[in-house]
Amino acid sequence: MNNSNILKDGNSVEFKTGAWRARTPNHSKDKCKNCMMCVPFCPEACIKQKDNILVGIDLDYCKGCGVCAKVCPFNAIEMKDNNND
Amino acid sequence: MPYNLKEVVKKQNRLVSGHRMCAGCGAPVTINAVLRALKEEDNAVVAAATGCLEVSTCIYPYTSWKNVSFIHSAFECASATLSGVETAYNSLKKQGKLSKDKETKFIAFGGDGGTLDIGLQSLSGAMERRHNITYVCYDNGAYMNTGTQRSSSTPHFADTTTSPAGKVTQGKVQPRKDLTEIMVKHNLPYVAQTALFGNLKDIYEKAEKAIYTDGPTYISAFSPCPRGWGYPTEDLAVISKLAVETCFWPLYEIENGVYKVTYKPAKKLPVEEFLKTQKRFKHLFKEENKDLIDEIQKEVDKKWDYLLMMEEVTNKQKED
Amino acid sequence: MSIRERLSGNEAVATAMKQINPDVVAAYPITPSTEIPQYFSNFVANGSVTTEFVPVESEHSAISACIGASAAGSRVMSATSSQGLALMFEMLYIASGLRLPIVLIVANRALSAPINIHNDHSDSMGVRDAGFIQLYCENNQEAYDNTVMAVKIAEKAKLPVMVCYDGFITSHSVENITLMENEEIQKFVGTYKPEEYLLDEKRNISMGPLDLQKYYYEHRKDIADAMRDAKDIIKEVSEEFAKVTGRKYELYEKYKLDDAEIGIVVLNSTAGTAKDVVDSLREKNIKAGLLKPRAFRPLPYNEIPNELKHLKALAILDKSDSVNGYCGPLFSEITSAMYSSNVHVNTVNYIYGLGGFDVKTDDILEVYNNLQNIAKTGKVDKTTYYLELEDGGEK
Repeated sequence: MNNSNILKDGNSVEFKTGAWRARTPNHSKDKCKNCMMCVPFCPEACIKQKDNILVGIDLDYCKGCGVCAKVCPFNAIEMKDNNND
Repeated sequence: MPYNLKEVVKKQNRLVSGHRMCAGCGAPVTINAVLRALKEEDNAVVAAATGCLEVSTCIYPYTSWKNVSFIHSAFECASATLSGVETAYNSLKKQGKLSKDKETKFIAFGGDGGTLDIGLQSLSGAMERRHNITYVCYDNGAYMNTGTQRSSSTPHFADTTTSPAGKVTQGKVQPRKDLTEIMVKHNLPYVAQTALFGNLKDIYEKAEKAIYTDGPTYISAFSPCPRGWGYPTEDLAVISKLAVETCFWPLYEIENGVYKVTYKPAKKLPVEEFLKTQKRFKHLFKEENKDLIDEIQKEVDKKWDYLLMMEEVTNKQKED
Repeated sequence: MSIRERLSGNEAVATAMKQINPDVVAAYPITPSTEIPQYFSNFVANGSVTTEFVPVESEHSAISACIGASAAGSRVMSATSSQGLALMFEMLYIASGLRLPIVLIVANRALSAPINIHNDHSDSMGVRDAGFIQLYCENNQEAYDNTVMAVKIAEKAKLPVMVCYDGFITSHSVENITLMENEEIQKFVGTYKPEEYLLDEKRNISMGPLDLQKYYYEHRKDIADAMRDAKDIIKEVSEEFAKVTGRKYELYEKYKLDDAEIGIVVLNSTAGTAKDVVDSLREKNIKAGLLKPRAFRPLPYNEIPNELKHLKALAILDKSDSVNGYCGPLFSEITSAMYSSNVHVNTVNYIYGLGGFDVKTDDILEVYNNLQNIAKTGKVDKTTYYLELEDGGEK
């Protein structure tokens, strides 16, 4: 290591932020209309879609902010408090 | 071709997961919305001012910047730094050291502190020198990375840690500095003000225009901050919508001096609807402070009328 | 083949920059280095260089633009003085911290307040810990030669280089000079091939991250190691330069020092004045000599004491003041180096010429007279003098 340059772009995916979550989004496939509204609104860019079909929310990174749940026009995402028993 | 959310979301995110911004932060959503306007095959160099975005997305040995190169040098010179990168690009391209078919765009991101305050001179200089760069200010209305200290962009009467709501003074004493208008006076080919509104059509189209218009362009983007403003993290879209519907944060653009208001609320809500959702304005709802809300409403209306007037006048001018 | 010419310091350095033809120059005018961006703008306007020139709105933005351009992968130069260099302060640390081989010309000028546009070394001394290699030049020939070498030194050491010469005394005085041919310089500096740069079409990279404690400490040591290694790089590049031009440069110049009994250490143009005094003293069989550091960063900390240990009395001349109630920076660094090498010589510090206060041969003669007394008595009754102000010397 002789300087502070980072040569692998986008390698922050190696750092999981999911542990930040105090609550977890539950995505219901049948309620979901694949309208794609939640995808660009996720601050972690961790809501995945494939050819406009919502694949799911990557809990390795989701911080439980709840923006997706609030943005979803069809209430297909429900935030549940992590039961930290 | 007209904006289509379903097509747009297929495009890559250039700010990827693993960054350390607070849960519900408006900045990464804004940044990805802007960078999504890049053509998939285009490259870009992003410069960032020191701030929340920079210290959360580039922490050695990790970077969240993907398919763009990224440079952070200091707090007040994102524009000057990026103008150097753009100049190097012109030099290397002229010498044939860069391939002809690859297009590289130059985009700077700064918070309101890094843009309106400490970085204003560097921004003004780079814009005046007509570098082919786009500057996007993710405006969260205070110095958030250091814990919500007031900036010139902090709204009038907003409570921050250096303009607290107290017995003698009620939050920020001065009205907000309107950098978007200052940028208009730099005679730039394109200036815009946008937010995370509806299905993000407004920010996408403005980012696309800004990035692909030759010459210096500037965007002020409303970037809600749950921690600094005091609202539940899930309300990013709610807060943005209220800011737009109350005309607290009007959506408009200026192309070569011609104003265009890009969204006119069917029913303009009273600014109170926006203010009541955030702790930073809580003190304004005390009985003795009610008149301050009226003052804010007057300021909002004055700016809104100004924009409608400018839209009319500058469009008429254009036709003559 | 070389070209005989008569040029001022600024003209000489601007000519070197023209012949180097860097990719980007971003500069802001400030007396006395203003002429460099002026000459250079002329070269750009008349197509004698292909450089992209950025007329920035401040020195802070000048170095910031240089950082961006260098990080992007181009060869970058700039020039400044005094307050301009001071305004660059935070960015200088960032340029070296990002290991960017920027060459920054500094026509040395006093720092405010009070404001003063004349020469002293308070500006470059004020940023001596910023991680820039610092080369000091006695005259326009050295300024020209060091500018050419600085490009190669910077790119080998992966550290920015400051080329310092005295404002007005050197920058604005016309002297005879021998220039290199364009092809000689182009061959000597070669084309800049960075390994890690923003516009690399093979990969996207991120520069300027937040470093937490562990990485920050390691990265800062890398920079310090690079500065240590720069000594050999300076020697290597100087040897290559000597092969091309016949002009030899070391880390410092000794002038009649090896057999001297009394000597001084002095930077830049005053060394020229002092050499005349040394010659006149030698004619009267007084064994005087001098040592003129060329590289102040990195400091030749073990070489210089070795060259001084035989002296009976030594004076270190500072054209800047540390305002520590004691001495100037050159004195503190050279004497501490002597201490580490177990070299003890009766040494005094002269702070002199601040703000361009004239330094005549008589003044230097006084220094040597004082040294003769110290050599005779073996006693130093006072450590720091302000030459011509209160040296107590009746002429």
